[in-house]
Amino acid sequence: MSKKYVMGNGAIALGALSAGVNLVAGYPGTPSSEIIETVVRYPHEGTYAEWSVNEKAAMEVAAAAAYCGARAMVTMKQVGLNVASDPLMSLAYVGVKGGMVVVSADDPGPISSQTEQDTRRFAEFARIPVFDPSSPEEAFEMVQDAFEYSEKYRTPVILRPTTRVDHAYASIEAPDTFHAREYGGFVKDSKKWVIFPRLSYMNHAMIEKRNTEIGEDFSSYRFNTVSGSSAKAIAATGVSYAYAAEFLKAYPDIRLIKVGTPYPLPESFLLNALEGVSEVLCFEELSPYIEESLLKLIGKHHLNISIRGKLTGDVPPSGENDADSAGRIISRFLGLEYAESSIDCSGAPQPPARPPVLCAGCPHRASFYAVKRAMKGKKAYFCGDIGCYTLGNAMPLDMVDTCLCMGAGITMAQGFNHMDKDAVAISFTGDSTFFASGISGVVNAVYNAADMILCILDNSTTAMTGHQPHPGTGRNLMAAPVEKVSIEKLLIAAGVTKVITVDPLDLDASTAAVKECAGIKGVKAVIFKSPCVAIVKPDKKMRTDSGKCVGCMRCIREIGCPALSVSGGKAVIDGNLCTGCGLCSQLCKFGAIGGAEE
Amino acid sequence: MKKDIMICGVGGQGTVLASKIIAASAMDAGFTVHSAETIGMAQRGGPVTSHVRIGDDAFSPLIPVGGADLLIAFEPSEAVRNLKYLKKDGFVIVNTVPVKPTSLGSSEGSNGKAEIEFVKSKCRCLTVNSDELCAPFGSSKFFNVAVLGTAAGSGELGLSKEIICDEIVKIVPERFREKNMAAFAAGYKLGEENNANQ
Ligand code: SF4
Ligand code: SF4
Repeated sequence: MSKKYVMGNGAIALGALSAGVNLVAGYPGTPSSEIIETVVRYPHEGTYAEWSVNEKAAMEVAAAAAYCGARAMVTMKQVGLNVASDPLMSLAYVGVKGGMVVVSADDPGPISSQTEQDTRRFAEFARIPVFDPSSPEEAFEMVQDAFEYSEKYRTPVILRPTTRVDHAYASIEAPDTFHAREYGGFVKDSKKWVIFPRLSYMNHAMIEKRNTEIGEDFSSYRFNTVSGSSAKAIAATGVSYAYAAEFLKAYPDIRLIKVGTPYPLPESFLLNALEGVSEVLCFEELSPYIEESLLKLIGKHHLNISIRGKLTGDVPPSGENDADSAGRIISRFLGLEYAESSIDCSGAPQPPARPPVLCAGCPHRASFYAVKRAMKGKKAYFCGDIGCYTLGNAMPLDMVDTCLCMGAGITMAQGFNHMDKDAVAISFTGDSTFFASGISGVVNAVYNAADMILCILDNSTTAMTGHQPHPGTGRNLMAAPVEKVSIEKLLIAAGVTKVITVDPLDLDASTAAVKECAGIKGVKAVIFKSPCVAIVKPDKKMRTDSGKCVGCMRCIREIGCPALSVSGGKAVIDGNLCTGCGLCSQLCKFGAIGGAEE
Repeated sequence: MKKDIMICGVGGQGTVLASKIIAASAMDAGFTVHSAETIGMAQRGGPVTSHVRIGDDAFSPLIPVGGADLLIAFEPSEAVRNLKYLKKDGFVIVNTVPVKPTSLGSSEGSNGKAEIEFVKSKCRCLTVNSDELCAPFGSSKFFNVAVLGTAAGSGELGLSKEIICDEIVKIVPERFREKNMAAFAAGYKLGEENNANQ
């Protein structure tokens, strides 16, 4: 045993390893990605781990492990659970033998996500238990408890951390080496493992009855707690509890109810905790889940308690809570004076907006620019997708007209093609996204005789989430060299009429490839292949020649590389940022950019 | 010791390494530590903050408004953006070299002077020029470790030079170690001078 300073995601990994997890699978997604990466970082024996091609695959791989009696964990971000919901909904009916924990990380804000969806709703929808940790320390313990409950009730269980728990660091006392548990193996029983309407009907009834029992069981769970005894109470969950607890340190009499297991609702615990309460403020993020649960509970028991929160406008409907909003909102509810003791910042110079940008030298910038050049003067729709390259929407590139969800770029470009034959329909898909959910879209487009150009932005990694390997990289999580799955061959096999692979940093060749594809009927593809500069550190940089630079600012206006800026009317390159990609030098008509130095 | 330290800057400036070293050093010194980072899309050139909370009574990972004892700002306008987190008697170490937002295109943006003046008028503050401080090391990438030295030297960090240096050795890859140690020493000297002047 030793103390390890890890982020919440690391704590979840250590908890799972401590529980003897046999199999871990997942797909990267902020804020969940570091869980699996931590699992493989510590010495472990007998634990299999993989980056799956997407969340649905991960869920199914893990389900089989749980059928074998092994302990399995699946990790994803909240929108990943949408992808994995098909197996999860059925699995909830079938049940498991070995413990199975589904970690679905929510992202209030949202900070790095498309939606502010609430996984607690998903748990209720699927009728399976959910644990809601308020800190890394708690997440470490809860994931181990989750395995126990999963086995006790033979159901998959969800652990739902949020960004501020996933990415908060704390010291965790944990073993230094880990051993996976022994498991019995799969026992065939088609009445149990094959889902049929009759089985679902029977199990549905069983699940509803069982969930009442779990609610009772949860009522004595150690992470459902109450402190203080005031008639006005605060009910909080997840990290919002931590903010509330910190603020209420100065007011120990105020009743603070913490719900660590939002579903099935620990009714007896809550009825007890609400004894003598006249008013409750629900302080939570995302949806008013506890608030609505309490409304139901007081209705069911005819209690005269008023419930406040998001539905009453006391807590904002969207966005994340923080220590400051906890202080303000709770003070208002309790009728306390909330004195902001911070520096008066009125009259401060307005800090500039800093929207995120593609890195200096990012090959995506070059790919977008080549397509932009090739499509100049033409009507074209640019369908983006999920990854760093969503940032291609920013000025001056302005090359992402749509972004919906993983893989949608391809299918939406197809849809635009059917609706508007005069426009060129173009999709941008990263390599990892292509493997995750692009392939079926390509087949759909070919099958339905679409006319479109697939731009595959192949940077040999899953960049946005922290550079995980994928099927095209020749590496997997167990670090074994594996056969590379070829995007080019897949496209050809699917019937794509023309596939051209180019280096996006060669601007003329890239532009020509796009133009060529635009002139051919059917589904065509350009694979822009160049590694992410965050993993392959180039040791070159470019310089501007102030004698030759005429100050036309074309380089800056056209591509928006963060290494380029203006000083004294001339373009200058920040040597700390420049990777020497050479895109700007191919743009300069005066030969003022060059001199790549080692 | 109870200390809340916020580090702010622009994605890519290396704030995370600085916060990691502070957290590890404080733990080595025997304190309970919690910290939090900006991770994800904002890392690509957006405003980033690290919260390091030293002491037993921090429940949550984020420092409340008006709660930070020390603000280490890697960029002038980011210092202004996050000044509300500082305690009224808190201390700011701020880099005077601005990072121009790429969204400004070909306009030149602020030179940072107004921001620095504003910060100076509001609190105890020490300014550092990252270009000058890091010139001997060939890259402003060493600023994160150099400014840690300044924080330690100024006496505002509450952690000893030795403990921090031990952590730098552990955390920084070997090939960059020597330059980082030199950067730390240069920063430390600056902090110490300031301390003496006060
Ligand atoms: S060569 Fe030009 S475009 Fe490429 S990273 Fe350097 S400054 Fe940016
Ligand atoms: S991390 Fe890689 S893919 Fe993402 S913006 Fe930077 S260079 Fe581009």
